Amino acid sequence: MSTTYLAAIREAQAVAMREDPNVFIYGQDVGKFGGAFKATKGLIDEFPDRVMDAPISEDAMVGLAIGAAIEGMRPIIEMQFADFSSIGLNQIINQAATHYWRTGVPCPITLRLPSGGTAGSGPFHSQSMEALYAHYPGLVVVTPATVEDAYSMLLESIQLDDPVVFCEHKLLYYHLKADRLPTVNLPIGKARIARSGRHATVVTYSAMLHESLKAAAMIAEDGFHVEVVDLRSVKPIDTDTILGSVARTGRLLAVGEAFPWGGVTAEVLSRVVSEGFDLLDCPPIRLNAKDTPIPYHPNLWKAHRPTADSIYAALSELVRK
Amino acid sequence: MPSPTVVSPEKLRATFRWMLLARALEDRIASLYRAGGSIVGGVYLGRGQEAFSGALGACLSKDDGDIFGGLIRDMSGRLAFGEPLLDPVRAYLGSAAGPMRGRDGNIHRGRPQEGLPAMISHLGSLVSVVAGMLLARRMQGKQPCVGATSIGDGATSTGSFHEAVNMAAVEGLPLVVAVANNQFAYSTPTNRQYACENLVDRAHGYGITGYVVDGTDLQACLETFTQAVEAARETGKPQMVVGKLLRLAGHGEHDDASYVDPALRKEPSGRDPIEVAATYFDDAEVRRWQEDALKQVSEAVAKAQNEAGPDASEESWLALASAHLVEGQSE
Ligand SMILES: Cc1ncc(C[n+]2csc(CCOP(=O)(O)OP(=O)(O)O)c2C)c(N)n1
Repeated sequence: MSTTYLAAIREAQAVAMREDPNVFIYGQDVGKFGGAFKATKGLIDEFPDRVMDAPISEDAMVGLAIGAAIEGMRPIIEMQFADFSSIGLNQIINQAATHYWRTGVPCPITLRLPSGGTAGSGPFHSQSMEALYAHYPGLVVVTPATVEDAYSMLLESIQLDDPVVFCEHKLLYYHLKADRLPTVNLPIGKARIARSGRHATVVTYSAMLHESLKAAAMIAEDGFHVEVVDLRSVKPIDTDTILGSVARTGRLLAVGEAFPWGGVTAEVLSRVVSEGFDLLDCPPIRLNAKDTPIPYHPNLWKAHRPTADSIYAALSELVRK
Repeated sequence: MPSPTVVSPEKLRATFRWMLLARALEDRIASLYRAGGSIVGGVYLGRGQEAFSGALGACLSKDDGDIFGGLIRDMSGRLAFGEPLLDPVRAYLGSAAGPMRGRDGNIHRGRPQEGLPAMISHLGSLVSVVAGMLLARRMQGKQPCVGATSIGDGATSTGSFHEAVNMAAVEGLPLVVAVANNQFAYSTPTNRQYACENLVDRAHGYGITGYVVDGTDLQACLETFTQAVEAARETGKPQMVVGKLLRLAGHGEHDDASYVDPALRKEPSGRDPIEVAATYFDDAEVRRWQEDALKQVSEAVAKAQNEAGPDASEESWLALASAHLVEGQSE
């Protein structure tokens, strides 16, 4: 039986609630309805007191989670879309993220953010918010790209004693499948070499991993073998694995779906340039979405975000520099 | 209408003494601030709000697991609830020995696992946190305990406040929200803050019980908060208490409050709650309590003044409890 990325997220929550009576889920429509994407489908039947529909109050939802966490609970907050977490921004960055440092009392909350673009979703149901949250001290920010990671990293997120922003990509929900869920996996904070190669390194994460793997397959036809690094978590970033790969290849392309100003790809480049300048054979490249809001129409949307084709084009340039 | 509440003479006296302690401490902190050199950061006083705040703190029971989410002007309530006197002193003087260890200070302090969550500056954002603490208590079968938090007239305009009170009402949580209407938010008068007749009208909109009280009268405050806290404990539902009073200080000690019309001090809501409550007691007794308060404050200040501030070279700089996930640890 195969499991989807979405089912893995549901299963991780079920397992976490079975193992720990302090875990509960709070979010809009997560109860009987099972959530806008069905990530909590059926959970209320097994845990009638621990899956609760929340009012449309992202600020209060996160505040409630923080209060519950202070008292020893391990709340999971489902944002209906990552985009709406902006309403809870203050609680996330100022209350949750500062709590442990200020008071010494941990704040173990998991914020699930259905993230990223899908065709026709437009400016307010497509955003990738990881860079914003990664900027603030006191938060862990993860971006699983595979079914296995969605499962094991969500379980680990719930167990961590810190606030975790769990960016799950909506485009991966249904079509990504795995034969079975892992019992062991890499921990949060470790990147993974998703494809080995020697001519260039692509550092990426979340849905862009799959576009990058396609591009790597395309350029392999031209005789270039590209290594693809899946960051898995963007805060912390596994700089050692990135530098190790660049040491092998000498060339770097960082790919992200988020907006171009600052962000994860900029962070990757800045670390490689400042810590591994001598490893580089040519200037590194970044590829991001365009610096406009995310368009509604698929014709525009496809051109707004990086795709296998645009990554292939960037790689073609990079390997010939 | 709930039946009239009887407040015992012991409770009246005990709460008044917390008010005197808060006033003595804040007077001392203000004078240290003016003298310069020892106070780290700004100073925000609860002068004028001691009865309203103190009565709330005194109506809760820390030992029974109640929660008090104090805000800017809750020195009196925090002390009455059970915050150790040394906590505010250390926070203001920047001692590393206090619970905030110099990482935060002045009014931004607490002991979250002892029912004293530590406010952040962003107004309105503590209400949902207290609600979450109460939800956890309910899920853990630790009821009935009550959680209270206070808010100024200005902060009732935040979305955060609205979201949280509405959510607490939806979840049916034993939350007491004390709205201290001190007629100003920094320099802004209430007619630039809300357009309803009285803030208590909002309680109706949230489907919760509202109370109005003369915030300058300790006896009245104790009666009302006793009712509200008991109602929260018995019904498990939120209660909103609105107290009318006047901020008898600047917004902070940096502010001369010249924008406050002196005529407001002549209104009943402009009375000094300590002067009002002092009339309940014998003058000589009040003087003895004041002297005792001054002594406690002097001892606490002297102790904290001898304590070192935080040492940057010994600071761990770890913002995460999961130390292995903090960036730059291996470097
Ligand atoms: C969300 C937010 N906006 C602005 C401020 C700056 N600020 C601090 S206190 C204050 C006035 C608060 O007025 P009120 O809520 O009436 O309480 P009071 O100071 O009168 O006790 C303001 C504007 C803040 N702390 N939080």
